Amino acid sequence: MSDTTNNGPVLAADGTPLKKSLRRALRMQKMRALALIAPLLIFVLVTFVAPIADMLFRSVENDIVSDTLPLTVEELAKWDPNSTEAPDEAVFKALAVDFKAAVAEKAHTRLGSRLNYEMTGLSSLFRKTGRKAKKFDLETGTDFKTQFEDIDKDWVDPEVWQTIHTYSPTLTSGYFLNAIDMQKSPDGPEMRPENQQIYLKLFWRTLVMSVMITCSCILLGYPVAWILANLPPRTANMLMILVLLPFWTSLLVRTSAWKVMLQQQGVINETLVWLGIVGTDDRLALINNQTGTIIAMTHILLPFMILPLYSVMATIPQTYLRAAKSMGATNWTAFWRVYFPQSVPGIGAGSILVFILAIGYYITPEIVGGTSGTFISNRIAYHISSSLNWGLGAALGAILLAAVMMLYYAYDKIVGIDNVKLGG
Amino acid sequence: MLSWGADLMAALTPISRKPVSFYVPVVAAFGALAGLFVGTAQGSGLMGIVFGAILMGAVAFVLTKLIPNERVGRWGLFGVLVIAGVLLGGIPGLIIGGAFGWFFGWLTFWLFEGRYRGHLAPFLTPGQVLWHYAFRVICGSIFVFLITPIIVVMPLSFNAQDFFTFTPEMLRFDPAGYSLKHYRDFFNNEDWQNAVRNSIRIAPVATLLSVGFGTLAAIGLSQPHVPFRRAIMAVLISPMIVPLIISAAGMYFFYSRIGLQGTYIGVVLAHAALGIPFVIITVTATLVGFDNSLTRAAANMGASPVRTFFKVQMPLILPGVISGGLFAFITSFDEVVVVLFVGSAGQKTLPWQMFTGLREQISPTILAVATLLVAISILLLTTLELLRRRSERLRGITPT
Repeated sequence: MSDTTNNGPVLAADGTPLKKSLRRALRMQKMRALALIAPLLIFVLVTFVAPIADMLFRSVENDIVSDTLPLTVEELAKWDPNSTEAPDEAVFKALAVDFKAAVAEKAHTRLGSRLNYEMTGLSSLFRKTGRKAKKFDLETGTDFKTQFEDIDKDWVDPEVWQTIHTYSPTLTSGYFLNAIDMQKSPDGPEMRPENQQIYLKLFWRTLVMSVMITCSCILLGYPVAWILANLPPRTANMLMILVLLPFWTSLLVRTSAWKVMLQQQGVINETLVWLGIVGTDDRLALINNQTGTIIAMTHILLPFMILPLYSVMATIPQTYLRAAKSMGATNWTAFWRVYFPQSVPGIGAGSILVFILAIGYYITPEIVGGTSGTFISNRIAYHISSSLNWGLGAALGAILLAAVMMLYYAYDKIVGIDNVKLGG
Repeated sequence: MLSWGADLMAALTPISRKPVSFYVPVVAAFGALAGLFVGTAQGSGLMGIVFGAILMGAVAFVLTKLIPNERVGRWGLFGVLVIAGVLLGGIPGLIIGGAFGWFFGWLTFWLFEGRYRGHLAPFLTPGQVLWHYAFRVICGSIFVFLITPIIVVMPLSFNAQDFFTFTPEMLRFDPAGYSLKHYRDFFNNEDWQNAVRNSIRIAPVATLLSVGFGTLAAIGLSQPHVPFRRAIMAVLISPMIVPLIISAAGMYFFYSRIGLQGTYIGVVLAHAALGIPFVIITVTATLVGFDNSLTRAAANMGASPVRTFFKVQMPLILPGVISGGLFAFITSFDEVVVVLFVGSAGQKTLPWQMFTGLREQISPTILAVATLLVAISILLLTTLELLRRRSERLRGITPT
């Protein structure tokens, strides 16, 4: 260091300080990387993340009441929802004005069916009132309360008004409460009556069946991954085809194959009858129930268990087992104390993957599940395409999404999302 | 290390002939098992067990003690059982008889000569040897479970009847029991042909989109300094993790807001989004083995970044790009949930048509389609395997 004459900062070739020049180069590099990623990131944000955000928004969105009946909502704010009396004349006058406008746009039927999710009978009440709303004389008419009561005496029922009052804010937690078998009431959220509770049970069933599928995948996948990792490479590659072929075969093909195999007159039952193991009259019920869903989904998800397990087991040296045995361990001890602990990361990776995929499955339960073997996803699809209760479907979806995201986070922490392997 | 293990397995233990008291009872036990199945099929399981055990025990004794030559003995047993099978049950009998003849001949000498011990370590106890083979049988049955559903569909698709099960004619191998009518139906039915056309119109475009964007982003992600790398990666992988029904619901809501619901472009964009994670994963995995000094060398010799990319980087990562593209293609080609919600009747794809076929009018044409799709997936699998080998060879790893 004695020959250093210049005490200033080290300079780069062009005379700028080296530190600054390096920082600029690094910044350039970062910008270039981001520029390469940006198009895809924007694409995914628009085509995928925005739709998910939209769904989450729909699960709390509730502007239909305040949009269709703006004046009524304003007047109704002064009413005490706990009273046993219907609101006063001012509210009914506002309702008459709103209804006339709504009928002109035919918006009242939509509002009726929206509110019908919360209180049955409101849809027909709104239709009936809509038909007669043209007769309201807004300029000179008086005593609208009596006029509404004449159309249907439900209009002076405080319960109807409580429902309208509860759902007049633009954001609601009502869909989420519905999704966990609760409902809004003037005294805050409460459980639904016992006979209307379906969703908690459905969530629980989805969870239990996904756990069962994951467990049977571990049970069937572990021996296969072991033998693939311990056979000579040539044989192992041949056997690997038997794992990869189902993995690459269309999901619909595998599902239809299971439908063919599991039916009452299907291949399995016919074989059992031919062998005389079961009688013609008491064939096994393998389809349209939970058994069918579990068998078919275990088969469909098994490769997702075998492949991560295999990639972990392939790295465990076979000599460890021999060393353990040479020191006097029995087969079982050598496996349980030496091999198994090293294969646990593979089990973890495979289980989370299978569980994430199982919990959101739709196609297979729909086809082989009947009524008792369906998952929460089937209910979401029903609400979106058949019952058109989009808000409830979105709320159920949001809960499922939250569960999957938690698992995804765990997977990222345990395995690392970069380490996902596809097709061995 | 692995090959050393394999060599070790080749010949470990000197083998020797086993006493009659060992192999005759074992063969008899297998005979009893086979007899049980044949017996129950004929009406009496117990008779089957007794006859099977006696017959096969006797066969084992005769083959090893009375016939001097192994080859003569095994071919003789095979021939006798084939003829017996034909006389009792026609062509199916021939196949079952032949299989039994081959299996019992092999089993007898495998046990008699002690061959089962040959490639196992000499210190194993009989119990450990038994477990070794029991474990093989367990694994074998899991492989059968994996592959049977796919195998069963194929012969059923040639069924001459509109049944989803094997007819007696098919089991008798009567040509009248087989026909190509479900295939004819597939090729002549306008619904199915439309579905094929739609699938072919949608999948390649979606694949191009995901491969184009995905490859660029994967190259960006593999640079040494990327801010928020983990977060970006998590967002890009999420279409693979989020349950399809949720993606479908969200896309249905959002695309109908912006007028893409029920349009060709909407379906293509949705499928491209679903395919992107696969491209990202495979291409970044290939780039891990990419030597960055190559691009520097190219730049050093005056190549522009674009030229470097196409002349140096692209040829090396091409296998990864193609296999990512295959994944993206199969994702779109096989996708049904999202297209059910985002598409309209004009975008009815092949999986959608199969789904309606399975749910509503059950027609065996589905099985013909399934067989064709299995053939396609075998083709894809072969392509991928070839690509993997090429990629490893390029990176200097000997393919296994």
